[in-house]
Amino acid sequence: MNLQTLAFILTVAIQSSASVLFATIGEIFAERGGVLNLGVEGMMLMGALSGFATAYLTQSLALGLLAAMAVSGLLALIHGVFAITLGANQVVCGLSLAILGIGLSSFLGRPLVGKVTVRFSAWPIPILSDLPVLGPVLFAQVPPIYLGYVLVPAAWWVLFHTRAGLNLRAVGENPAAANTAGIGVAATRYTWTLCGGMLAGLGGAYLSLAYTPGWRENMSSGQGWIAIAMVIFALWNPWRAALGTLLFGLVNALQFTLEARQISLLPSYLLRMLPYLFTILILVLTTRSTGSRKRSAAPASLGIPFEGEG
Amino acid sequence: MMRLRLERRPVPPRANRWGGYGVAVVAAFCMGGVVFLLAGANPFAAYAAMANGVFGSLDDLAEVVVKAIPLVLCGLAVAVAAKIRLWNVGGEGQLVLGGIGASAVALFLAPRLPASGVLPLMLVAAFLTGGLWALLAGLLKAKLAVNEILTTLMLNYVAILWLEHLYFGPWRDPMGMGFPGTAMFPDAARLPRLLGTRIHFGIVLGLTAAVLLLAALSRTRWGYEMRVIGESPKAAQYAGMPINRTILWAMFLSGGLAGLAGMGEASGIHYRLQQGLAVGYGYTGIIVAALARLHPGGIVLAALFIAGILVGGEQLQTVMHLPASVGLVLEATLLFFVLGSDYFSQYRICRRTPTP
Amino acid sequence: MAATALRLTGITKRFPGVLACDSIDLTIDPGTVHALLGENGAGKTTLMNVLSGRYRPDAGEISVAGRLVQFRSPKDALRSGIGMVHQHLMLVGTHTVAENVALGLDAPRVLLRRRRLDDEVRSLAERYGLPVDPHARIDELSLGQQQRVEILKLLHRNADVLILDEPTAVLTPAEVDGLFATLRRLVREGRSVVFITHKLEEVMEIADRITVLRRGRVVADLTPAQVDSRRELARLMVGREVVLGVEREPVPLGDPVLELRNCAGEDARGHCAFRRISFAVRHGEVLSIVGVAGNGQTELVSAITGGSRFSSGQALLFGKPLGRGGRAAAEAVGYIPEDRTGTGSAPGLDLTDNLLLTTYRRFCRWGWLQRKAAGRLTEDALARFRVAAPGPQALARQLSGGNLQKLILARELSKDPRLIVAEHPTHGLDIGATVEVWDELLRQRSRAGILLMSGDLAEVFALSDRIAVIFRGEIMGTFSAADPDAVAEIGPMMAGVLQE
Repeated sequence: MNLQTLAFILTVAIQSSASVLFATIGEIFAERGGVLNLGVEGMMLMGALSGFATAYLTQSLALGLLAAMAVSGLLALIHGVFAITLGANQVVCGLSLAILGIGLSSFLGRPLVGKVTVRFSAWPIPILSDLPVLGPVLFAQVPPIYLGYVLVPAAWWVLFHTRAGLNLRAVGENPAAANTAGIGVAATRYTWTLCGGMLAGLGGAYLSLAYTPGWRENMSSGQGWIAIAMVIFALWNPWRAALGTLLFGLVNALQFTLEARQISLLPSYLLRMLPYLFTILILVLTTRSTGSRKRSAAPASLGIPFEGEG
Repeated sequence: MMRLRLERRPVPPRANRWGGYGVAVVAAFCMGGVVFLLAGANPFAAYAAMANGVFGSLDDLAEVVVKAIPLVLCGLAVAVAAKIRLWNVGGEGQLVLGGIGASAVALFLAPRLPASGVLPLMLVAAFLTGGLWALLAGLLKAKLAVNEILTTLMLNYVAILWLEHLYFGPWRDPMGMGFPGTAMFPDAARLPRLLGTRIHFGIVLGLTAAVLLLAALSRTRWGYEMRVIGESPKAAQYAGMPINRTILWAMFLSGGLAGLAGMGEASGIHYRLQQGLAVGYGYTGIIVAALARLHPGGIVLAALFIAGILVGGEQLQTVMHLPASVGLVLEATLLFFVLGSDYFSQYRICRRTPTP
Repeated sequence: MAATALRLTGITKRFPGVLACDSIDLTIDPGTVHALLGENGAGKTTLMNVLSGRYRPDAGEISVAGRLVQFRSPKDALRSGIGMVHQHLMLVGTHTVAENVALGLDAPRVLLRRRRLDDEVRSLAERYGLPVDPHARIDELSLGQQQRVEILKLLHRNADVLILDEPTAVLTPAEVDGLFATLRRLVREGRSVVFITHKLEEVMEIADRITVLRRGRVVADLTPAQVDSRRELARLMVGREVVLGVEREPVPLGDPVLELRNCAGEDARGHCAFRRISFAVRHGEVLSIVGVAGNGQTELVSAITGGSRFSSGQALLFGKPLGRGGRAAAEAVGYIPEDRTGTGSAPGLDLTDNLLLTTYRRFCRWGWLQRKAAGRLTEDALARFRVAAPGPQALARQLSGGNLQKLILARELSKDPRLIVAEHPTHGLDIGATVEVWDELLRQRSRAGILLMSGDLAEVFALSDRIAVIFRGEIMGTFSAADPDAVAEIGPMMAGVLQE
């Protein structure tokens, strides 16, 4: 395998994993506060659709991104109302939202199938993109990818070095203690669930405005669900999330390369199953390794509604 | 100054529950109207078209039943697992596996078997393959505590890819006229239909399964253990019930029911394995089960209702050129409103004089 | 640091069904360690929760340095200088010490200046002799160290009044000494400490003032000098209970149904919960294990009923080793758990289902559950035990506490058990239901041996033939209930004071 192939693989890996990365980071934020949001797939699709539709109508990519975040944020807000205020079963709510998002995007997006509009084009960063081998791979990408580069360290920094992050983590681990310390549990959870939804929508918009581009029914093909699994692999840490999504991207790249070169190492249908089997594998490995340590890495209050006191 | 306060009731009165359903249905249809407006259609015309599509003729009503069959089976599948707080989101994949299993018998074993033995064997095969597919996730959950929502979901995608591979590849009909799929099933492998309609024997399967499940849950030892484990895991432990074993059997049964749905579609409607087997019944089954609050009888009713929405949606597509996926939108919205009304029916607004 | 005098007047707090605090007056002077003494349910924790802002009182006033205050949250109370260290520590296990101290602080608002925080925590820790590593994760610290972090939190916020709820429950004797040294240091600076406890020797060692609560009321307010003896304190705490009139006919004793020889066991965290436990329960007698909650009884009962294992020692059930007797032995044990609604019953299922909970195997034939027969049995049980319920189809959660307990009793007794283990069987029940339960248990003596675990002395006196007192996981003494001298020692024994 020569350097060129390696560069190609790495490029594909980065490009194909960006949407999952956004959704994963978003879900990390939501779950760190104790809210399980299973509606990510629906939010991603709605984000993809609204981003595309807005860009189509306004010819503005910026407005497209904003619209994507607004719509997916709205869905996240609905989830918040049911999960946080009403204390409903977060699994059922999330699943329903996912189905709603999938159906709604399919329904509303029909007229847009096959349409073409403005899209993100690569913005090579001067000097950096001239570096040998890695230069074009890392620094000649579309802007949302650069956002992703920034998002990971920013998420880490916010979680572990700011008061907002401290509060979020406290709410997720021990809402009673956070409540006693004067932190608004519901307000915190709403804020970060919303943030998570918006990031999922951003991931979707990346798909429709940069990666694919265009709108197709169900275009995320389960990446929303994969993001949820990825959060577990990431042990709710942004750096590990980046690692996990990159690995996922590499699996995708491997699949593309083998198919493109028609190397019959594995039949093509098995290749296409790889991302999903890979996800199951990392779930098993992660659960096993943390399970043996007698304490779960998950935020202790994940999925459990919190009720205030008298 | 008086203040209003929400006070929780231990058991919501029946009237509240049904009233809640009514409100939810109305609200959901209103929301649907908004969605129609967003798509540029007249809501009243749209609903009229849907109603016409459902009640317009006996054929249409029959179609509702046809669509309700897999929904009943998939809804029961979800309900069985949900009874012990397991979320089987893999109905879609298990349905597909069931179809694959039944097709394997139909295509390769049928010629060697007496005609009367084909269908029963297909039933068994469908149940087994669907059940085993779900059992995979069940084992991972019981032994390794891996989240079953994610594993069943991932297995859905794997199943569908495998299905496509099979009917595009090794099982492809060599004489197929373009529409991808396997060869048509021999007569012995086709489920009988009712009186010239498209309603196939699957309806018997679905209704039988619902009745059996209802009876089993209330009258058998297994059903009792399921109910206790689902309701109070700690009490179940106190009572010494075999929790792990129950998880595995529940997942197997759940997958088996979905597998039967797959057989129904393949062997009762398409008469082959083809594209169009996986159209979302597995996911819609979740909504059916949730709407019916996991009650087998309610699932039959909910399945009919949802099937009506689906059929109406198809009519919408034909007549008004609106995508049929409005059905999914209506169902999910309905579920949300039902969930909401659920919570509100548990509360009662009362006045409280503030403390001095 | 301003020295604050704290006064509570007429504090009343009600919860559904119970009056936790009944018009309590309390004055806390600066520079003192004020002990709040009482048994479980006396109202000490509730009172302090009101003072620390966690609960709002239904009536009464709080004044700090002469000014009336109203606390709407613990943060409010902290602003007035009042902070509490709860029994169940309010710490985030996966965070570090410094992060926990920083939680809820108003400053810094955005960036966590970790290094500065670390330094602050370290200097504070040194000053008060509470060594902790700011970087350590809370769940890697011992409970004693965690408690230090809680105290540091309060000191960091300049609390003048520190309330500690049963602080020594989780400490080793050496750590207790350390804690007391710290408290003395704090008090020398003019702060006040309110010390909630049920342990008498500690009270005598550290308190400057003692207030005794019983059933939500103040029964004594004195200085250690005014206390004649610890025994007197114990009696104040526990009261001279009137033994309710329950018929106790003599019953011949039989063979031991349960025997424990030198048994030990652990708690959920792996620490030793009880050790050197030896006793026997004979057919026809009621043996009570009495003690304040948290002294190992729960773990002991759990090991006896099969919820956990003994780590050493020999346990015999009906003469055979525990766990080896098979199904027959297991079915001959009736267990009435402490947690009526969480463990002992399934609240969302109906009464018949609940009656079947530990008896269903008897109603199964070829996998079929004979619900009709079970339903009839349920109706009989409801009638015989006078359980007030609409019928067997009513849900368990619709029953009142007393009726639910009677149902559970009916269920366990329907097994014809030869050993009955009852944990706090009348906890939370009214007098009528209590007497009914007692009568039934006494009636069972002719059929079984009964092991009663309770913290309610009235119950223990009413039912027992023999009494064993448990404290810190060990049996302090076992004696006949008919021995008046021994009986007088119960209070002190429960509080860890042995015969002087």
